Amino acid sequence: MTIPLGARVPENYLTADYRLRSWLFTTDHKRIGILYLISLTFYFFVGGFFALLMRLELVTPAGDLVQPETYNRLFTMHGVIMLFFFLVPSIPAVFGNFFLPLMIGARDVAFPRLNLASWYIFNLGGLLALASIILGGVDTGWTFYTPYSSVYSNSYVLLAAGGIFIMGFSSIITGLNFIVTTHKLRAPGLTWGRLPLFVWSLYATALIQVLATPSITIALGLIGVDRLLKVGIFDPALGGDPVLFQHLFWFYSHPAVYVMILPGMGVESELITTFSRQRPYGYAFIAGSSLAIAVLSFLVWGHHMFVAGQSVFASLIFSLLSFLVAIPSGVKVFSWTATLYKGAVSYATPMLYALGFIGLFTIGGLTGLFLATLAVDVHVTDTYFVIAHFHYIMVGGMVMAYLGAMHYWWPKMTGKRYPEAWGRLSALIVFVGFNLTFFPQFLMGYLGMPRRYHAYPPEFQIYHVLSSAGASILGVGYLLPLVYFLWSLRYGAPAGADPWDATGLEWRTPSPPPTHNFGETPVVTEAPYAYRLREDEGGSP
Amino acid sequence: MDSGFRIFPERGSTNAEGVDDLYFYLLLVSFVFSALIFILVITFAVKYRRRPGRERAARVTPQPALEIAWMVLPFALCLVMFVWGARLYVRIYEAPPGAMEVYVVARQWMWKLQHPEGSSEINELHVPVHRPVRLVMTSQDVIHSFYVPAFRIKQDVLPNRYTSIWFQAIQPGEYPLLCAEYCGTKHSGMTGRIVVMTDPDYERWMSEATSQGSLAAVGLQLFRGLGCSGCHTGAADARAPRLEGLFGSRVQLEGGRSVVADEAYLRESILDPRAKIVSGFQPLMPVFRGQLNEDDLIRLVAYLKSLAVREGRPDQP
Repeated sequence: MTIPLGARVPENYLTADYRLRSWLFTTDHKRIGILYLISLTFYFFVGGFFALLMRLELVTPAGDLVQPETYNRLFTMHGVIMLFFFLVPSIPAVFGNFFLPLMIGARDVAFPRLNLASWYIFNLGGLLALASIILGGVDTGWTFYTPYSSVYSNSYVLLAAGGIFIMGFSSIITGLNFIVTTHKLRAPGLTWGRLPLFVWSLYATALIQVLATPSITIALGLIGVDRLLKVGIFDPALGGDPVLFQHLFWFYSHPAVYVMILPGMGVESELITTFSRQRPYGYAFIAGSSLAIAVLSFLVWGHHMFVAGQSVFASLIFSLLSFLVAIPSGVKVFSWTATLYKGAVSYATPMLYALGFIGLFTIGGLTGLFLATLAVDVHVTDTYFVIAHFHYIMVGGMVMAYLGAMHYWWPKMTGKRYPEAWGRLSALIVFVGFNLTFFPQFLMGYLGMPRRYHAYPPEFQIYHVLSSAGASILGVGYLLPLVYFLWSLRYGAPAGADPWDATGLEWRTPSPPPTHNFGETPVVTEAPYAYRLREDEGGSP
Repeated sequence: MDSGFRIFPERGSTNAEGVDDLYFYLLLVSFVFSALIFILVITFAVKYRRRPGRERAARVTPQPALEIAWMVLPFALCLVMFVWGARLYVRIYEAPPGAMEVYVVARQWMWKLQHPEGSSEINELHVPVHRPVRLVMTSQDVIHSFYVPAFRIKQDVLPNRYTSIWFQAIQPGEYPLLCAEYCGTKHSGMTGRIVVMTDPDYERWMSEATSQGSLAAVGLQLFRGLGCSGCHTGAADARAPRLEGLFGSRVQLEGGRSVVADEAYLRESILDPRAKIVSGFQPLMPVFRGQLNEDDLIRLVAYLKSLAVREGRPDQP
């Protein structure tokens, strides 16, 4: 688009100030969202690189590409980076920061300076984790089980654990900020019943972040105390209890799994409604299921410990409670499916990611039932079955949702459109590559292939080869968007304020939004997703 | 163990049959629900695709009955999974009376398996077919996990604690034994095999295996050598509790509590006698923590258990 001589580009948050310091000291939630986007993209590809090396090693049964010490560091660093420095912050830190104020008609989050501080704290934690990698890495697994981590490991445990310890505070600050923002800064008329479903999911996520994160902070802190001062909290030789660590660890890390997936579910609700131009099927049920998942998340940590030596009675309770999670998860999947009914479904790139999400999340959720079932879990826990299950949720679910959100909101964030055909191709490549990578892992898991094995019996090779082939396709699928998003920054067509014909306040301001978001404070007068409907045909499924 | 292509693991134990039946139920539920979702999503996405003349959605009124149904029905199916899975799970922790006992000591990166008769094996366990085998396990260093895929059993092996699990093999053969809990550099090399033999073959193997005497007999020597017999005389006026018939019985403790004397209790009372003081006795016994290795502890525990049998008690609590 050429700009007529004399016309002025409307000032927006990107053009307000070009100096570097204006970015490094910004308190604009949109710029902080972009800063997080840059950091997380970096960590995602670092974590992905470790995964790639692992998959290369596993092409052959013998441990012939890297030493066992190296392999153990690869899977540890893959887990640490991906979980704590990509998945936990991911959608809240990038899209939550950018869009929560826009979606509720606010000028910024409640505590803009704390928001900037969270990004610095996050990167300080990230730098410690990176330093541990550069110095030689950590070999404890991302779970840091004691007494291996507290006594036996000769690797940079303190540095990596310190990085996660620090990063936890950024997570707490973001959660706190979102809770207060949602309570206090909603536009006039935006009642709780009119909040976008994405905001509901961010709210539920924030509750978990604030309440659960201190537990891992304490657990990792105690590992530090054990290693430095030999107190023996987790060291059986000094009368400590190594299983206590597992309780503390999973008391955070199971809720953290929902920190990772809930925002993805929120994105999914936005995408399905926008691209079918349909009202969500059962708004209250979808919003309520987010809160139900947040509450249940605190009551199921023991399902990671069915063979760890906890009492049989405890295992029975945790198994039953874990099955309760099936209810709100099922509500989500059924509701999204029903929302398509009599919709006007478009196949734009974000929708392809959203439809892929439903499929992969369904498989991930159903295989979760296998793991909640006590006697089956005994066989498949600590095998590739578990690996496949949580990758279906974390990667098939969350990363699909993250990419769906990227494509959905990119025009709003940058004012540019990405090439649609390339976008659809990337969604297809990611979907195919993902399934080829992880579906074979279910099969080898039930066959008895343990996780974290550098070398393995030859009968598993066929599955590992399929998985590695899939991983290479998946890698291409992830690099492709990086290329065309960067390309679109310069060459993309202008997006316009509402390229998807969506509802929601974020589309009622120019793209990119001005620094203060809205010219005047919007007033909300109707329910969300009030898409104009056809009047000629109605009905219910 | 063949290395051909398979999509389903071999079944080597009674437990494997039960777990597999449940697994098939789970597969069936999963296939039905994923097929339902996939078909609906694809059908709706195609049928209601946006096209000229159909740019808008039609009004759909959510049906509360449907929403209740898709909460209740799946949960009912889940309850079946819970009850079924729980029944099998409880069973693998309750060995039938008279089970053969094998002591397992794990350490980085090997398994040591000891038969009560005294022979010990490294990374290999020979057992007879059709007989329940109970494993009493501990670790000398980090957490390991005893995993036999063909038996569908797995149990973490913890330092400073006994855990146990049992199995009954249904077919002679060799089955891989794996460590399933990451335990350090050579974790993936911490493997072995379970050799299941017919009864005659097992008897022959047992008679050829070298033994320094049964665990209980060696335990008795330790018991005397460590001076235990000085106080634990078995007499009514002894300074220490009587040990005959102790294992499996309920012990009254100081302070009014009571505890069943299982292996964990025996172990704790040897290493740290003051943790649980038997009612009516003074805490005079020296602490043995750090004085005994896991092998000697097992011998002592085996000796104490043998005292219960001699009293005519069953060898199971």
